[in-house]
Amino acid sequence: MGEAFDIFLQASFWVAVVRIASPLILATMGELICERAGVLNLGIEGIMTAGAFVGWYTVYAGGDLWLGVLMAGVIGVVFGLLHGTLTVPLGLSQHVTGIGVTLLASSLAYFSYRLLLPQVSSPPKIEPFQPLPIPFLSDIPLFGQALFAQTPLTYFAFVAVALVAWVLYRTPLGLAIRAVGENPAACEAQGIDVTLIRLGAVMAGSALMAIGGAFLTISAFNSFFFEMVNGRGWICIALVVFGSWRPGKALLGAILFAAFDAYQVRLQQVTGGVVPYQLFLMMPYVLSILALIVMARKASYPKALMVPYRKGER
Amino acid sequence: MRIEPVDAVSWRATLGYPALAILATLAFAGVLVMLAGANPFAVFGLVLKGAFGSQFAFLETLTRATPLIFTGLAVAVAFRAKLWNIGAEAQLYIGGVVTVVLGTGALPWAGFALKPAIIVAVMMAGALVLLVPTLLKSRFGVDEVVTTLLLNFIVLLFVSMLLEGVLKNPMGMGWPQSRRVIEAASLPKILQGKRLHYGFVLALVAAISVWFVMARTTLGYEMRAVGHNPQAARFAGIRVNLVLVKTALLSGGLAALAGFSEVAGLKGNLSLDLSPGYGYTGIVVAMLAMLHPLGVIAAAIFVAGIFVGADSMSRAARVPSYIADVTVATALLTMVAAILLTRYRIRWR
Repeated sequence: MGEAFDIFLQASFWVAVVRIASPLILATMGELICERAGVLNLGIEGIMTAGAFVGWYTVYAGGDLWLGVLMAGVIGVVFGLLHGTLTVPLGLSQHVTGIGVTLLASSLAYFSYRLLLPQVSSPPKIEPFQPLPIPFLSDIPLFGQALFAQTPLTYFAFVAVALVAWVLYRTPLGLAIRAVGENPAACEAQGIDVTLIRLGAVMAGSALMAIGGAFLTISAFNSFFFEMVNGRGWICIALVVFGSWRPGKALLGAILFAAFDAYQVRLQQVTGGVVPYQLFLMMPYVLSILALIVMARKASYPKALMVPYRKGER
Repeated sequence: MRIEPVDAVSWRATLGYPALAILATLAFAGVLVMLAGANPFAVFGLVLKGAFGSQFAFLETLTRATPLIFTGLAVAVAFRAKLWNIGAEAQLYIGGVVTVVLGTGALPWAGFALKPAIIVAVMMAGALVLLVPTLLKSRFGVDEVVTTLLLNFIVLLFVSMLLEGVLKNPMGMGWPQSRRVIEAASLPKILQGKRLHYGFVLALVAAISVWFVMARTTLGYEMRAVGHNPQAARFAGIRVNLVLVKTALLSGGLAALAGFSEVAGLKGNLSLDLSPGYGYTGIVVAMLAMLHPLGVIAAAIFVAGIFVGADSMSRAARVPSYIADVTVATALLTMVAAILLTRYRIRWR
């Protein structure tokens, strides 16, 4: 079992952990904002797919990498507006609407891909974000490379966590977001526009999800594949529960999860095909379900999560 | 703006808003077709012709509708009780697994005994797959949406493992596919030389049975009561968790039948392309049918028509066949909004 443990001592393992965690961190923060405001956003899987496509295509068409990030964010806002309009002022089922948004966003991405690139047999490549080592810090043994020699978009993900935590806990806006997710009627009495805050939170959160998707195509890899999001969105929903709706804990969850994912890939090589590889690939999803079971009882979820708010209705 | 319930739901609204939803969906699809540089009316014509324009086209649409009726029913039953089963895809594949485990020669029985045995086993297996998330929901409060979604990925990997392991056809030339089901386990074709098989008839029987259960039995009443207001149902003496478990068994069983029908009636064996997302499309079918079991038949044929028609259209016109997926997803969103508007009115003020 020495080999199985040695994996933890490789700097490259920890670099992979942070890289795998980055899109999860971004999308988990996005979902967390939505849910804190009381709206479950099951559109996440499709919004990530749309962000992955739009971010990649912007760069493929000659745009700057950061323009790709921006465009991914814009498409996220658009789908956030759609999900928000249907679930907040109209108060439709957040489950059904979210699944609908996922189906729509991912099929639109695939449609656009086929339309814009009808002739390609293998996915075209772009020049993705390159690692940006921070002098001195990246020379720290074992963790230096993992934390300080990543792409700019990974740094952006960590900044996003700090920003989300700061806004949620240190600003009046954050207080309003948390309050509309707990007790919308009381907010209305305080003169807070519940609809506006929820709508804004869903749009901002969806933008982060889309950028998380774009991370896959313009930072982790260099092209767009069908089915490339592959359930990451659903895993992020589990991570929000696992993190008890707190940005810091959710970040920790994402890293833990990524560590497990990176570990199973390397363990596959160590075990050398004795165990079917599908069992390893199953682990992230099994782990997510286990995390949900462990946390479900303790978690203090937003009281008004999934409860549509209609003025004057009790 | 505010939104308030209307006192009496009018017939005009009940028919008008869903019609408007379909129109809005077609308009959106039309814009995309124009962006693709084609004439929307010509393209819609081609879709219609490809779906219903000939005997071949219509039979193909019914063939494609068959699994969608099963998954649509599975979703309709579950959603009625507000049990959010998004895992019909997993249940379908498990149904396929059980079909090939029992139907490729392990049970050397005659057809009249083998087929019912397989159907019972398939339904039990599918039920079991949904039972796990349902119990997690009622025991631990774990949201079943996420667990059923995650189970889809787990089950698909499990099937992939089986197809490269114990279920692998040694004569399959290396492809991950199972052996073919024996004659006694197969569903015969309805018309000689055509693809439409008796799975379609089974689907119709299932729809009528589900309608009967929902509309005419105590269980159906309890399911609707639980879906409408669980607290009130509990207060009225309904054992909510038990009703949810029964709902899960029925829903999971129905979704698994889709896998049985596809393997035993159409494909003949199990492979990883058994379903191009029939489990997810079942959600759209159920919502378009407004969760009515008989409506599911019509909605499944409608949705299947879009897919079959778009396939044949995309060969003729240069519009990607993903237009079908976009249209179906749009139809889902516009339809749920339309259903709301029949019961509520918006006050702009």
